[in-house]
Amino acid sequence: MKAMLKRLSLLAAALFISTALHAEPVTGGRANVVIQPEPPSLMVGLVQNGPTQMVAGNIYEGLLRYDTDLKPMPQLATSWEVSEDGLTYTFHLHENVKWHDGEPFTAADVVFSADVFLRETHPRLRASLEHVEEISAPDDHTVVFKLKQPFGPFIGIFEVGTMPMIPKHIYEGTDFANNPANNTPIGTGPFKFAEWEKGSHILLTKNEDYYEEGKPYLDEIYWHVIPDAASRAVAYETGVVDVLPGGSIENFDVQRIAGMENTCITDKGWEYFGPHSWMWLNNREGPTSDVRFRKAVMYAMDREFARDALWNGLGKIANSPVSSSTRFHTDDVTEYAYDPDKARALLEEMGYDGAPVRLLPLPYGETWQRWAEAVKQNLDEVGIEVEIVATDVAGWNQKLAEWDYDIAFTYLYQYGDPALGVARTYVSTNIAKGSQWNNVEGYVNEDVDALFDQAAVAVTPEERQELYTKVQQVLTDEVPVAWLLELGFPTIYRCNVKDLVTTAIGVNDGFKDAYIEK
Amino acid sequence: MLRFILMRLVKAAIILIAILTLNFFLIHAAPGDPAAVLAGEAGAADAQFIEQLRERFGLDKPLLTQLGIYLGGVLQLDLGYSYRQQMPVADLIFARLPATLLLTLTAFVIALVLGTLAGVLASARVGKWSDTVISTLALLFYATPLFWVALMAVLVFSVFLNWLPGFGYETVGANHTGFRRALDIAQHLILPATTLGLFFMAVYMRMTRASMLEVSRLDFVKTARAKGLKPGIIQRRHIFRNAMLPVVTLAGLQAGQLVGGAVLTETVFAWPGIGRLMFEALAQRDYNLLLGIFFVSAAMVLLFNLITDILYRVVDPRIRVAS
Repeated sequence: MKAMLKRLSLLAAALFISTALHAEPVTGGRANVVIQPEPPSLMVGLVQNGPTQMVAGNIYEGLLRYDTDLKPMPQLATSWEVSEDGLTYTFHLHENVKWHDGEPFTAADVVFSADVFLRETHPRLRASLEHVEEISAPDDHTVVFKLKQPFGPFIGIFEVGTMPMIPKHIYEGTDFANNPANNTPIGTGPFKFAEWEKGSHILLTKNEDYYEEGKPYLDEIYWHVIPDAASRAVAYETGVVDVLPGGSIENFDVQRIAGMENTCITDKGWEYFGPHSWMWLNNREGPTSDVRFRKAVMYAMDREFARDALWNGLGKIANSPVSSSTRFHTDDVTEYAYDPDKARALLEEMGYDGAPVRLLPLPYGETWQRWAEAVKQNLDEVGIEVEIVATDVAGWNQKLAEWDYDIAFTYLYQYGDPALGVARTYVSTNIAKGSQWNNVEGYVNEDVDALFDQAAVAVTPEERQELYTKVQQVLTDEVPVAWLLELGFPTIYRCNVKDLVTTAIGVNDGFKDAYIEK
Repeated sequence: MLRFILMRLVKAAIILIAILTLNFFLIHAAPGDPAAVLAGEAGAADAQFIEQLRERFGLDKPLLTQLGIYLGGVLQLDLGYSYRQQMPVADLIFARLPATLLLTLTAFVIALVLGTLAGVLASARVGKWSDTVISTLALLFYATPLFWVALMAVLVFSVFLNWLPGFGYETVGANHTGFRRALDIAQHLILPATTLGLFFMAVYMRMTRASMLEVSRLDFVKTARAKGLKPGIIQRRHIFRNAMLPVVTLAGLQAGQLVGGAVLTETVFAWPGIGRLMFEALAQRDYNLLLGIFFVSAAMVLLFNLITDILYRVVDPRIRVAS
């Protein structure tokens, strides 16, 4: 294991050095990339799943991008201002941007996208837009968002996956879901949609009229649809593909593939998402409703083993509900190091009767199944009898949405700010059957509700930090869920593919900076 | 004959509707629904969004109403709309059908030809070492999990030897046309078709071997031998022809299942066929797509059965007389 970690760190170091020393970008060439599963559609305004965003991030664009420290960078907006009271956000747009069909991109498109199209189709953005009173376009290249009250994370919702720009001239007044244009997506991005052979590949070609001079560098990108994880590894080994985005191959193959010649690996490019894994613990009934049992679960788990054995040493132990790449994370919380004796003592103190608990693994492949087995073994060792319940994705969705579980694996994105991706899991106002992206565990604490509410609308970052620190301390004391790891998804690629991952959403942000060194 | 065909077609239509109705209820009995799966992929959907999706797909209506709407559509040859892929089901199926037919037909021919040959060879050397080797090899391919054979084939012929492409239907981005394209597709076809063909070969081998041995003990074969015919001629003209009848029956049955595709082979070899489409539709609870694939697959089975029955009546006078 140590040798493997050393090898991975050497590769990472090599990557860093090669990135630091690289020469001028080279124009031309083709990137061959794995896409899995095949996206249902490339219209990112309608479908927000990972594969859709990964391909469509080249076709569509947002007003902003974010660097790996989550600082906003220009995209379709060249500059922006926020009023002192935190209520008015003004964006100044690029003046020479055209849609792929040649029509000019203007502020009216921004107003249409945010206020009309995405309000109807994008559940995650819709929640953030609840804070917006008015969106207006004083001229063709200026957009003003006026908020009802300050909303701390607002500047963080303008990347392509959250607020993609949709062409008003194509969609206005139509049935968005059934518009024929959905099959031939038109955006402002560096690559245009060219061809989609369902079940085989998607081809994007260079946008020759792209507004950033000289970009993109690549001529075309082929996205290869390969349904089997072992075959995806073979595709890289045989030179058919050059880029394996995070999660393309099983974790046990990572070390072998990463050790190949001219192969680099990075776990950068996930900072905005901050994928945070935990186990839901049903707070409503059974032993998991007792805080001592939940703490015992935390002490019983050997998370370092899981990270090193199952995740190739990538990722971090999650010691708080807020990921360390998300704003306002703190380490000043109760920590739960692996300590089976403490777990046994807590179980004895609560008088645990040995009643078995049901554990739902995440049905996302071999790694998650093995992780569930490792946790079962950890819990068995402290005297908790675990029964693993097998489901497929649809069954897993239903069991969680109906609260039919005792312990269940999951991971969710945090979108850079606790108000966007953390509060939803813990506030009691977000308890509702029928969805599994809310407070599924049934945790109720009025203080936590108040702290999250205040932190979301606090104006200064200092105020927000203070409130979020408090809420992290309360939550780690009460353990509503059992935090596992801040996941590290490795992107594997040929080292001569340069500037592949440059922002906080990595390969989801398009290949406009990427080039292939000869 | 015309009346016979018409009666069979009416029966086939009733069977098809029964199959669709049964599958409709079976699919809906599985936990979860397409709205929840789609919402799950969006990553942050609320209950309201899931309800919106259900309404859009008509999943909020009573089950019997949904069945009525679906069957009404099928009667007008409208297989509906895929929830996830946002395309007409018929378009999705017919786009994938040629790839599946190419793969399964090639595998079928490989299985039939190799299986029959091996069966004849084994029957001619019963109890000898060559019979044992052939029978053991055939059973080995039948007993070994298909995905494992597929992965090993990729590993050996694609990764180690670099002789053949390991997956896909053709070289993506090569933009071959005409003969070059056909050659490219043929190269991609070799590994999946052989893997699948070897799996089914054992069935034909066993059937041919047993049938050849059985026929060789019949009186007319003894007569032929008594007449002093050469063993080769007896084997080819008398035993083989008669032994082929059950093999042809089996082949007819299997041909009907060709459209069902080969889920595992298509998945491992990234072959863009119907088997894979069906597997994905099942995982995503894409009801309309799944029912559409079942419909086309069942229709083909019924069609092949009908053709087989008609051929029997043409070929074998005894069946014509009996009916």
